[in-house]
Amino acid sequence: MIERTNLNPQHKEFILTLEGVNKTFDGFKAISALNFYMDTGELRTIIGPNGAGKSTMMDLITGRTQPDSGRIEFGKNTDLTRLNEYQINRLGIGRKFQTPSVYIDHTVFENILLSLPGTRSVWEALFSRVTPAQRDRIQQILTTIRLQDKGEVKAGTLAHGQKQWLEIGMLLAQDAKLLLVDEPAAGMTDEETARTGELLLSLAGQHSIIVIEHDMAFVRQIASKVTVLHQGTVLCEGTVDEVQSNERVIEVYLGRKHEPKKTL
Amino acid sequence: MSIKRLLSKTETISLCIGFFVILVVLPFLNAFFPENHPLHVSAFTLTLLSKYLCYAVLALSVDLLWGYTGLLSLGQCLFFSLGGYALGMYLMLKIGPRGQYHTNLPDFMVFLEFPKRFPETGGLPPHWIPFQHFWFAAAAVVWVPALVALIFGFLAFRSRIKGVYFSILTQALTYAACLMFFRNDFTFGGNNGLTDFKEILGCELNAPSTRRALFIATGLLLLGSYLLCRWLTITRFGKIQRAIRDSENRVLFSGYATANFKLFVFVLAAVIASLGGALFVPQVGIINPSEMGTDKSLEAVVWVAVGGRGTLIGPILGAIGVNWLKSYATHSMPEYWNYILGGLFIVMTVFFPKGIVGIPGQVRALHQRWAATHETEPAIETGMVAPVIVANPEEKP
Repeated sequence: MIERTNLNPQHKEFILTLEGVNKTFDGFKAISALNFYMDTGELRTIIGPNGAGKSTMMDLITGRTQPDSGRIEFGKNTDLTRLNEYQINRLGIGRKFQTPSVYIDHTVFENILLSLPGTRSVWEALFSRVTPAQRDRIQQILTTIRLQDKGEVKAGTLAHGQKQWLEIGMLLAQDAKLLLVDEPAAGMTDEETARTGELLLSLAGQHSIIVIEHDMAFVRQIASKVTVLHQGTVLCEGTVDEVQSNERVIEVYLGRKHEPKKTL
Repeated sequence: MSIKRLLSKTETISLCIGFFVILVVLPFLNAFFPENHPLHVSAFTLTLLSKYLCYAVLALSVDLLWGYTGLLSLGQCLFFSLGGYALGMYLMLKIGPRGQYHTNLPDFMVFLEFPKRFPETGGLPPHWIPFQHFWFAAAAVVWVPALVALIFGFLAFRSRIKGVYFSILTQALTYAACLMFFRNDFTFGGNNGLTDFKEILGCELNAPSTRRALFIATGLLLLGSYLLCRWLTITRFGKIQRAIRDSENRVLFSGYATANFKLFVFVLAAVIASLGGALFVPQVGIINPSEMGTDKSLEAVVWVAVGGRGTLIGPILGAIGVNWLKSYATHSMPEYWNYILGGLFIVMTVFFPKGIVGIPGQVRALHQRWAATHETEPAIETGMVAPVIVANPEEKP
């Protein structure tokens, strides 16, 4: 039984639809009969214990793996199950990895430059030049992610938190409609975490964002709707408070019932 | 593209000096000073240097793959040899009746009784016939390795073969080719290969002027390869290439078909290596399957590691330096050469991970650290700490 709040599967504004999705790895059922719907412009957080299938779900959406069965659609009618990573990215789905993946040997400016749309073929890459419009766009993104003074710095020398922001900036540069952000606050100081939350909140609306996160204070800050995954399927969905007071969630997270909810 | 954007000032100066010596000074000393004059550079020296320069071209191609794209190819000598064989076939057919058997057929075809096998052409295998034209052989130097690299690269990159698996496969490829070329019935001279060349484009190969011309041609090839690689590094393509090296998943998930980029580099590197091989053969005078052996390709990787991978000047210095050392060591202490080579590789990768070209930077960093500690606590002695080598950090999404 899947518990959903404020959700009507009939309406047509979903940016992402997963229905009846299954994925098995060597007999291990990573995703099982997963249904997931997301509105355009929504900021959604996915939580779940280790092995709940969060990363596999991201892999399925971004084309890294293909589902055994089920439907994965982007927007109204774009089937994602037959496309590969770069084709899916070109549709407007950007993914931030758990460990910051930036080009350490390139400057911050170049990191954003390589993420801007266009120039994706070998031939274009050999002869393309940076246009003034691209420069302006890069500067604008750097300001958004608060790295405006770091343009000429090598990305490898940035602090951990700044790398995370840079990678989010790279997704923005891609003009991604849907951002999949895996543990953006991992390894950050409290201040950096708060800033990251502000950043994501400021992006919601123009972008649809899925955040995977363990830090409940952070989840509370971005105050989004939360989906709890467990054993490859949705356990429950709702506000942070609803989820934290849900008996089954407590049971899953702590392995036993009647535990004070604040320890979640 | 302006020279200014392409090359830095010190780079331009050192390039000018280096290639002025190679293209003008050495040939001049060879041509205009009599043999007993102290300033005379012998044809032997020129040819030996030429060999090093050919290896430098090979090293550049290894670095384009390994240092700039993160693809450690352990089979780059295959392409070097393919270029050598393609031009070698032309040279074989130009020997004419000057061979041991005084027939128009290359010697090995006579003693392997090819006239019985290919009676309709008088013994010459049909695929050898067009190689009597220089232009055909020259074209084959480019398209044969390009085609082999295209097919192999397409299959490997489409199947997403990466890291050590890619290295092992390239090694297997060159080993398989080596075994194939060893066979007499493969029509490329078996284990003797192709040798005893007499002339190229109507010029006697042993004539000093031909030697000089080949030496200059080799210098020009190295200069051209260098400038091409340098140009590539400043294009958007070059940036994507290094991005693939540092974080391939990020590139893939940013909408780039990384396989196409890797395939382009792989084919380009094959062609560069092949051109080096094509100039190697007329000067060294022989090409045989042992040039494709896995050990040769490994040696090329050592040159790059010693010189400094991920730089363009490093592989050139490494190739010339290590081969000069090899010429010296195999002559004066042949039994120790393998130990020297192995030791060199270990010492360089452990203590000088950035190779020869990285040493000034390392010394500067050490000096700064020394100065910093002595300012604050003059009594404490700083110990030298060996830098840790980090292979391409494989990102985990």
